[in-house]
Amino acid sequence: MVAATSGFDVAVIGAGIVGCAIARRFAIDGARVVILERGHDVLDGASKGNSAILHTGFDAPAGSLELDCIRAGHAEYLQIHQRMNLPLDRAGALVLAWDEEQQTALPALMAQARANGVTDIQPMERADLLQAEPHLAPEIRAGFRVPGEALIDPWSAAHAYLYQAIAHGAELRCRAEVTSARRLADRWDLHSGAGQVQAGLVVNAAGLWGDHVQRLLTGESWFQIRPRKGQFVVFDKPAAALARHILLPVPTAVTKGVVVCRTVYGNLLVGPTAEEQDDPDCATLVPETLDALRQTGIRILPALAGQEITAAYAGLRPATDEKGYRIRADLSQGLVTVGGIRSTGLSAALGIASHVAALAGGQSARQPQHWPQMPVLAEGGARDWRAPGNQGLVCHCEKVSRREIEAALTAPAPANSLGGLKRRTRVTMGRCQGFYCSAELARMTEGRFTQPLTGGGGDAG
Amino acid sequence: MQADVAIIGAGPAGLAAATVLARLGFTQVVVIEREAQPGGIPRHCGHSPFGMREFRRVLRGPAYADRLAAAARAVGVRIMCDTTATALLPGPVLELSTPAGIAQLAARAVLLATGTRESSRIQRMIGGQKPGGILTLGALQGMVHLNGQRPFSRPVVLGTELVSFSALLTCRQAGIHPVAMVEPGCNVIARGPSWALPRLLGVPLMMQSRITEILGRDRVEAVQIVGPDGTRRIATDGVLLTGAFRSEAGLLAMAGIAMDPDTTGPVIDSFGRLDQPGYFAAGNLLRPVETAGACWAEGQRAAEAIAAYLSGALPDREQGAELQIVGDAIRYALPQIILPARPGWHDRVQLRLARAARGELRLTQMGRIIARRRINARPERRITLSLPAGVTAAPLVLTLDERG
Ligand SMILES: Cc1cc2nc3c(=O)[nH]c(=O)nc-3n(C[C@H](O)[C@H](O)[C@H](O)COP(=O)(O)OP(=O)(O)OC[C@H]3O[C@@H](n4cnc5c(N)ncnc54)[C@H](O)[C@@H]3O)c2cc1C
Ligand SMILES: Cc1cc2nc3c(=O)[nH]c(=O)nc-3n(C[C@H](O)[C@H](O)[C@H](O)COP(=O)(O)OP(=O)(O)OC[C@H]3O[C@@H](n4cnc5c(N)ncnc54)[C@H](O)[C@@H]3O)c2cc1C
Repeated sequence: MVAATSGFDVAVIGAGIVGCAIARRFAIDGARVVILERGHDVLDGASKGNSAILHTGFDAPAGSLELDCIRAGHAEYLQIHQRMNLPLDRAGALVLAWDEEQQTALPALMAQARANGVTDIQPMERADLLQAEPHLAPEIRAGFRVPGEALIDPWSAAHAYLYQAIAHGAELRCRAEVTSARRLADRWDLHSGAGQVQAGLVVNAAGLWGDHVQRLLTGESWFQIRPRKGQFVVFDKPAAALARHILLPVPTAVTKGVVVCRTVYGNLLVGPTAEEQDDPDCATLVPETLDALRQTGIRILPALAGQEITAAYAGLRPATDEKGYRIRADLSQGLVTVGGIRSTGLSAALGIASHVAALAGGQSARQPQHWPQMPVLAEGGARDWRAPGNQGLVCHCEKVSRREIEAALTAPAPANSLGGLKRRTRVTMGRCQGFYCSAELARMTEGRFTQPLTGGGGDAG
Repeated sequence: MQADVAIIGAGPAGLAAATVLARLGFTQVVVIEREAQPGGIPRHCGHSPFGMREFRRVLRGPAYADRLAAAARAVGVRIMCDTTATALLPGPVLELSTPAGIAQLAARAVLLATGTRESSRIQRMIGGQKPGGILTLGALQGMVHLNGQRPFSRPVVLGTELVSFSALLTCRQAGIHPVAMVEPGCNVIARGPSWALPRLLGVPLMMQSRITEILGRDRVEAVQIVGPDGTRRIATDGVLLTGAFRSEAGLLAMAGIAMDPDTTGPVIDSFGRLDQPGYFAAGNLLRPVETAGACWAEGQRAAEAIAAYLSGALPDREQGAELQIVGDAIRYALPQIILPARPGWHDRVQLRLARAARGELRLTQMGRIIARRRINARPERRITLSLPAGVTAAPLVLTLDERG
């Protein structure tokens, strides 16, 4: 067991994208930060599966904290991404109307976008759309373009925030589920799977477990998480050429709807669904739903009919009983709650972090001293397989080199599970889903994961 | 870099082709292999029998792989391991990823022999969670035979193809005890004595059953199976997906080479030629699966075809007749474009059925039957139809007359 540690200024509970961004902000600002994560590895909650879109906030609720955080987060990502090698595909989005009702909703949406400060949108007629997207189904009626919507790598972004936090002295503990908490006179005493931690300020960034952690800390929760599942299908690389923009439907009251877009890794994804459920821990794939998604994709881009699906995944949004973000600070209690970061947390994370730092009385004024260099995973970028000394490829579908895997296993926050290694390198995520590389991976990672690949019970486990 | 012939894939097909080409006098034959060692799939097959046709001996996979590689090297073939072909460019020119970075290799002809792989869980549309412990047999064999590891101890095995039964043997060797073998169809797909193996090993065989859901967060904990007796949940710590092969053809798709959705491989003509100049294909890349010996023989034929091509002795691909499949009984057939006989010619049509069927298989040209054969077969069974040497370039139609 890890010995008791005192003397942290800030303990962040949860290493999702939001927790990582918050830890980064506090660490850069000079605080002594500890991040406690329940999983074997970081990003194992809501942040594991999303659409990977860096939103502008054009359709966010007017005047909301969410809109402010998205806009600030988007802007800061643009400022810092190059310094850390983070990809940015400025694809732009097309909001598409397929029937009359949707078409009549367009002017109001465009007005909202402008009111939200997204003033560079461009209305588009059917002919413009078909010219901009030659593979779009001919039934398309009208739409508008949002040039600022972009595609990013949801994982390397979060890892970059985390690594930068660590470079500024933050400490990450995985398999450190906070199980009980005690408020002392001027600080918190937290018990976790990785020992006891004392800190002046606790930030609850537990995502899908936010209400649960809130109850652990204060005995009750003023918000309730209602996980909303989103399933996706991923088409193989040749399909990526079929869509230039992020293709968005006219949103409904409940959901942004099913998106069709490339990924920075060069695939094409269709999703997500929006399905309410109770369990924050279980995102199941349902073949019928995946097939329906495929059909939706084909209705939008008919040429998808001949393309191969290589993967499917599901994520859970930490939605709550209300629409907005549930961020609240109680400094007399030494607690900031960052709950309900529903469906825009990837875009908003850096903005949320600044907001939280401000709530805690910080200035967010310092500039980072260290800029970790993230491995380039984006298709068409300076990938390691093109570089000398890569030590050969291990995963052939995603072209992941032996050197990249070694680097992920020895990074400041090393991969502790196959899931963690996938998110850091994309290993096994391609069309063969591990047929070729599983054996080599099992060999390379033997004894190095806290959740081993060959963990199959019995005495070999 | 420059070569006479570049071959991608050092499996039985690629190594056989390389050996023949070198024997035919080509001095610069290069085989590109992404793995650290040549040999292809047999390298991870700890079991026999391999090599009957090639070496007239019964060999285990790794020994067979070694012999193929040694034979190629003995005649001067250069095998470049740890080298991945990453793009096929016109020329032909290959883009390669090597440990020393990116490189290009120009060749007078290129043979693609990249083999096959098993369908993944998503390609089989199995629902549920995504825990660890879901493997294809290819992955398991690597772990067991190359690493001496044991990724699970009581998995459910999906499939009853020939490889599914070698899966049972691999499991046995590794001290893994499958809790069930599951087959969606009403018959075991593999033929012959394999039927008896599950009973012999004490593995219950569940027919007409589908795995509908996988459960477990970190590791597989259970699967849900729907069968004739309804829905059952079986506790297990792994899922082993076997068979349901598809071609390892991503490289071709990215290069815009014409593909056949039925075989999952490239469209070839009678000489194994593709629709981009200088490119040929052989081995399991051509269709879901064949034995090592069949792939080896196909590699040899491809070598002859390439030699003829390089001496200008092949007719234009455009002169070939497209093979049309009529009816729903035939799942696929190749070559898809048929030309008159020459060296390296595919002298027979290879096909598989989509369902169990019997009747007369007929190949007609301009209303005239030019080849026929009676069959009574199930889906995975190998069926061939010999082509007469005098086949001409007129359209060809393949049918199964089920009354016959
Ligand atoms: C389908 C889908 C599509 C989306 N698309 C987009 C998009 O395109 N663009 C965008 O901007 N956003 C998108 N999002 C939203 C975004 O993914 C989320 O807002 C974001 O991931 C939320 O992150 P988080 O850090 O708040 O939560 P989480 O990622 O859930 O992180 C919380 C962490 O806390 C840990 N934890 C929980 N309890 C404890 C405990 N007791 N002790 C220690 N650790 C604990 C968990 O293990 C977890 O790692 C999408 C979300 C989904 C599901
Ligand atoms: C699990 C399993 C068990 C089998 N068991 C048997 C058996 O018992 N008996 C039997 O006869 N057959 C068996 N087979 C069938 C076997 O695949 C074939 O018999 C034979 O290996 C096919 O030979 P090949 O040369 O076409 O392809 P492969 O043996 O598959 O060789 C293809 C080679 O190409 C390489 N390659 C692919 N892409 C690239 C690239 N882009 N760059 C560089 N190199 C590349 C691969 O690494 C591989 O080495 C089995 C197949 C599997 C999957």
